[in-house]
Amino acid sequence: MVSGMATAAKVTVREWSVWYGSIRALNAVTLDIRPQEILGMIGPANSGKTSLLRSLNRMNDTNRSFRYTGTVTLDGQNLYRDLEGQQVRQRVGIVFALPLPLPLSIRENVTYGPRLRGARDRTRLEALVERSLRAASLWDEVRDRLDQPAMKLSGGQQQRLCIARTLAMEPEVVLFDEPCSGLDPISTAKVEETMLELKDRYAIVLVTNNTKQAARVSDRVAFFLSGALVELDQTEVIFTAPHDQRTNDYITGRFG
Amino acid sequence: MSQGSWRRAEMAQRIAFCGLGVATLIVVLPALGIIGVILAHGLGALSWDFVSTMPTQGMRAGGIFPAIVGTVELVALTVCFALPMGVLAAIYLTEYAADNWLTRLVRLAIINLSGVPSVVYGLFGLGLFVIFCRFGTSLLSGALTLAIMILPVIITASEEALRSVPKSFREVSVSLGASHWQTVRHTVLPLAIPGIMTGTILGISRAAGETAPLLFTVAAFYLPRLPHSLFDQAMALPYHLYVISTQIPNIPSAQRYGTALVLLLLVLSLNMLAVVLRSRFRRRRQW
Amino acid sequence: MAWERWRERGIESAIHLCGISSIGIVTLIFLFLLREGVTLFRTVPLWEFLAGDRWYPISEPPRFGILPLILGSVWVTVGAILLSVPMGIASALFIAEIATGWLKGALKIGVELLAAIPSIVLGFIGMTIVAPVVQRVFHLPTGLTALTGSLLLALMAMPTIVSMTEDALTAVPRGYREAALALGATRWQLMWRVLLPAARSGILAATMLGIGRVIGETMAVMMVTGNAGVIPHTMLRPVRTMTATIAAEMGETVRSSDHYYALFAIGIVLFIISFLINMLADLFLHQERT
Repeated sequence: MVSGMATAAKVTVREWSVWYGSIRALNAVTLDIRPQEILGMIGPANSGKTSLLRSLNRMNDTNRSFRYTGTVTLDGQNLYRDLEGQQVRQRVGIVFALPLPLPLSIRENVTYGPRLRGARDRTRLEALVERSLRAASLWDEVRDRLDQPAMKLSGGQQQRLCIARTLAMEPEVVLFDEPCSGLDPISTAKVEETMLELKDRYAIVLVTNNTKQAARVSDRVAFFLSGALVELDQTEVIFTAPHDQRTNDYITGRFG
Repeated sequence: MSQGSWRRAEMAQRIAFCGLGVATLIVVLPALGIIGVILAHGLGALSWDFVSTMPTQGMRAGGIFPAIVGTVELVALTVCFALPMGVLAAIYLTEYAADNWLTRLVRLAIINLSGVPSVVYGLFGLGLFVIFCRFGTSLLSGALTLAIMILPVIITASEEALRSVPKSFREVSVSLGASHWQTVRHTVLPLAIPGIMTGTILGISRAAGETAPLLFTVAAFYLPRLPHSLFDQAMALPYHLYVISTQIPNIPSAQRYGTALVLLLLVLSLNMLAVVLRSRFRRRRQW
Repeated sequence: MAWERWRERGIESAIHLCGISSIGIVTLIFLFLLREGVTLFRTVPLWEFLAGDRWYPISEPPRFGILPLILGSVWVTVGAILLSVPMGIASALFIAEIATGWLKGALKIGVELLAAIPSIVLGFIGMTIVAPVVQRVFHLPTGLTALTGSLLLALMAMPTIVSMTEDALTAVPRGYREAALALGATRWQLMWRVLLPAARSGILAATMLGIGRVIGETMAVMMVTGNAGVIPHTMLRPVRTMTATIAAEMGETVRSSDHYYALFAIGIVLFIISFLINMLADLFLHQERT
């Protein structure tokens, strides 16, 4: 069930189905992603939420058995027909579940994407690095050691570095794929805080296995089960009075 | 199991293990023996003059300088040809090739190339480079022949190095908006360079020690001057050793052992360099 | 931005080209061998070439039967394999299963050392040291015999056999080992009854590659087997291998003479033999992996 069409959608998903070979991972999903909003996606394992997430920035292209039907649009343009994969990923960023710094320095990690796009100006790159690290709440901790290897940071810091790295691309949408799954509670809190601060400037999609996290952070929540979108509504509605019995069962912990 | 049969089995094991140990010694000791013998007999001939002057008296005296220079130039040229081609081929296999019959055929071809007898490479070099391409017996022909010979070595080592880069790094690069080639160029390749380097050094060591491919493509019998251009003939250490061992009588054995020693030192130190580099890079790896 | 695209397309094309180049190279080698070698068969029938028992290329009229050469290669190879395979497997067992710590490392370095010695150096030592010993031990007129060749070639094949057998042994699933030991087998029984049979295809592949290495060896063999182009009856006589024939005679032939073509024809035979051996070895390796 889709509810509310207040602001124009940033990304629209219409009748989106995904197969990996002969296995269907998503079944005719329809939803909108709106700017300045956090959309949380919850559901048990293999419910299709990560497949949907990876469809939004065309990371699924790397999978040779990937097939799809339906449409995904970004600002009205068809993601798969009107745009190139590389272009899409420059506008839709992703933060993965495990912190994955590249074996480079902190600064080089953040500037990796922009430099590939052609950015050369030293002063502008430095400003970009500072902006991105501030936005990821990491600046104060690393400002004196930008040239040190990124791998030496702690897990939580590495994940925030990955966020900064993604933000340095100046995307329009940021996807988070279970970003706190490998982190301790303090780092988790910092990442959640960062997500809330980013909401003002980006459209954010968060996939999480932690229903409480979804409740804390999202504006709207989508519940997936076995590849289908079961329910999508405002957070309070989903968590206090869901329309579908299965949503209720999942949230109260009866399965998954 | 009864006490008796257990003891018999123990006895059998002890004998067997002894046998295995002896066999291992038989395999390993000759190498040390050979190196030792060459060192013992050849060290006396080694001197600055030996490695830096021209041969005289029909190679019965004097130094082996042109052979050393010839080997160095030959090998350098070989690497110039083999390295780029080998690395690109390895990149194809790891990053671009689909899992189909064509790729299988490519791999079979590489396996075959690594098994072709060295003298057949010599014939091929003769037929293609010396005669058909009209390069004549020259450094160029020899280097091209050697390059094809060590191509499988470089491809295999480079492939291994490329594969050892974790897939997650590639994913990260792609997710940051890099194209396929940019990911290879900026993330995968830099991390694979240590492995590629060790493979190349091993290839160089192989090329430096080969004789048969040179017989018809580059080798000069007695050339007491240095090659001036790519199209000149050249002496080379392995061929020089062959010549003074079999074609020319009455060469003092010190000369022969000395030449063998120089070649052996060259090849072994290259190998050792590769091994040392490999373990250093493994230790310094950040992931 | 478009210029970047073009450059990238160019590089990726180069990559694809180099990728499939190995197929082209193998084909090219075969074609060039064929180009020169097949010319021989205008004057000498194929059957006489392959089965003729006289190789007299410079007599009048010349005879181009390579049977003695094939047999020379075969004798030397068989001898080398009979020596190196049991020794190699035994060493691999020792290194992989019995040796530990620094001994294991040292032994592995020893084997690699053996592999690194250039064949010309081995031939040199063979000529100066091994041949005289063989001559004395067996009371022969000369130490340059098939046996000497086999000894040297065995040394050259061993590193291949040892390392591939080692790989095959370590690839045996732990379950096999634990099951055998749990049933009360001694370590030797484990090795002999379980590990070796389980590693069978890897060992076969190693043997095939060892054979390939040995049949293809030129310099070492040329320096110690005496180069008599007659059919050998025992291992204690000089022989000529196919490889040594090409290497020794090519320098003296006139280009585009029958002798010249004949040498290329031998090259074709060698190429086909090594092709078949490699295919077989690959087959065995694939068997082991599935």
